[in-house]
Amino acid sequence: MRKRRLIPQQAQKIGFAGLSLLSLITVIPIIAIVIYIFIQGTPAISWEFLTGMPSNGMKSGGLWPAIIGTFYLTVGTAIFSVPLGIAAAIYIAEYAPNNQWTRLIRIAIINLAGIPSVVYGLFGLGLFVVFLNFGTSILAASLTLSIMTLPVIISTTEEALRAVPTSFRVVSISLGATRWQTIKRVVLPQALPGILTGVILGLERAAGETAPILFTGAAFFLPQLPHSMFDATMALPYHLFVISTQVPGMPIQIQYGTVLVLLLFVLGMNIAATLIRSRARARRQW
Amino acid sequence: MDKIVIEHLTLTYSDGTESLKDVSLNIKANTITVLFGPAGGGKSSLLRVLNRLNDLADVTVLKGKALINGQDILSPDIDVNDLRRRVGMVFSRPAALPLSIYENVAYGLVMAGMKNRKKLDEAVEQALRQSVLWDEVKDRLNDPGSALSGGQQQRMCLARVLALQPEIILLDEPTSALDPLATAKIEELLRELKEKFTIVIAPHNTQQSARISDMAAFFLQGELVEYAPAETIFTVPKDKRTQDYITGRFG
Ligand SMILES: Nc1ncnc2c1ncn2[C@@H]1O[C@H](COP(=O)(O)OP(=O)(O)OP(=O)(O)O)[C@@H](O)[C@H]1O
Ligand SMILES: [Mg+2]
Repeated sequence: MRKRRLIPQQAQKIGFAGLSLLSLITVIPIIAIVIYIFIQGTPAISWEFLTGMPSNGMKSGGLWPAIIGTFYLTVGTAIFSVPLGIAAAIYIAEYAPNNQWTRLIRIAIINLAGIPSVVYGLFGLGLFVVFLNFGTSILAASLTLSIMTLPVIISTTEEALRAVPTSFRVVSISLGATRWQTIKRVVLPQALPGILTGVILGLERAAGETAPILFTGAAFFLPQLPHSMFDATMALPYHLFVISTQVPGMPIQIQYGTVLVLLLFVLGMNIAATLIRSRARARRQW
Repeated sequence: MDKIVIEHLTLTYSDGTESLKDVSLNIKANTITVLFGPAGGGKSSLLRVLNRLNDLADVTVLKGKALINGQDILSPDIDVNDLRRRVGMVFSRPAALPLSIYENVAYGLVMAGMKNRKKLDEAVEQALRQSVLWDEVKDRLNDPGSALSGGQQQRMCLARVLALQPEIILLDEPTSALDPLATAKIEELLRELKEKFTIVIAPHNTQQSARISDMAAFFLQGELVEYAPAETIFTVPKDKRTQDYITGRFG
């Protein structure tokens, strides 16, 4: 009667093999792309390439202004979006009453995370560049990137906060702690690894985006480094866009070298986050 | 004046369940009062009224009076954080905070603003001695609280409350996750502690209720059916429903 049924162990093995295959299929192209970029880009990498100014119509020289520009933009974005995003998430997760307004706000935030980045770019152009008169500048671009990054930071932070068991909060309150003391001493330390993940995910996206900075702060070519946050700046993703589409006769090696640098930049952020996170975890084994 | 006075207390949650129906009872200082009865009787709800932990739940109706030392604890003007320091709570599953043993015990004091390290050390030691845990943990105070055994954790939770030198200690099924030996230890401890504190406990079974109580209150679906000295209520209960429950005919 049941002779054709699989025994559970077999079913599990087959299921497991299937899932492994699927994840391999998704991972292989990514690995292939990364390897290809490394092979094509490594010959271009040199001290001069990393720290020099572009010359000869960007066909030679280095990436320094683009690297430093992307660094400024990422730091600027972090300054505006991280404190605000975490504060907003704390409010939504820990203080806001659980009513339809809160639910509406939460849905709005999730949807904001899905808006195409060029829309943020146009919004930033209207608000920061024109209306607030910041001009195309590091300030305007950072603010635009911040607005794009905020929903990611808010929703991942909120999730990390909600993952902290309610019993910790109840116990803390029962010992006479205020809400804020409870958040500071118990909830935030527990949620920290999750919050860091969200922050880095958001900032990585900001570092790699072209569209939001296109109209708000990115320069095609600048002979010098920006002097203040009201100057425009070169940036890696936009520079890449420029040299791969706008400059005829661009050596392919330089293009791949630039891709590699951008990749390493983001990878570096990722590794830093992983290190900080595992440190935070190791300090509390409970 | 009795330590705790509850008059005509009615409590309804937002889903409409009336968890306490017109409950009145007085509790004397330095006694162990047991709240017992089948699940959903309202025992936990009553305990949570006494230190205002119900503020965190969706309570829609709260009528009647609850006084401690004659002071109205349901009043909106009362300092709830101070109340919770005076009325401590031990929960059913040992709930170690994700902190070290020392930090767990010192938690309430630190939150209350005590900074003096020497005073904290003393308070922590005294509380751990009171809950008979000191000798077991004095060399590992910086280990995580969750590294202790269930019974030890529960005594740590008790120490955490004792460190605040409360007047009243509430315990909600404190031994439900413990083996008989650890349970016996806690029960013995409670008998000693009643010299100094007023204890209100909702045990997880009737045997324990009978073992440790001075006074006992039988709750059935939010109603206080019978409230009497332990000697009488567990042997010659007046109400038929109490009798049925004790003899195991339901619940
Ligand atoms: N936070 C809450 N929100 C809504 N309803 C609740 C809440 N807490 C308790 N109740 C309801 O109130 C009633 C009494 O619950 P309570 O926990 O006080 O009973 P109990 O006597 O402690 O039961 P048990 O022996 O199971 O612990 C139950 O019907 C329960 O479902
Ligand atoms: Mg209960």
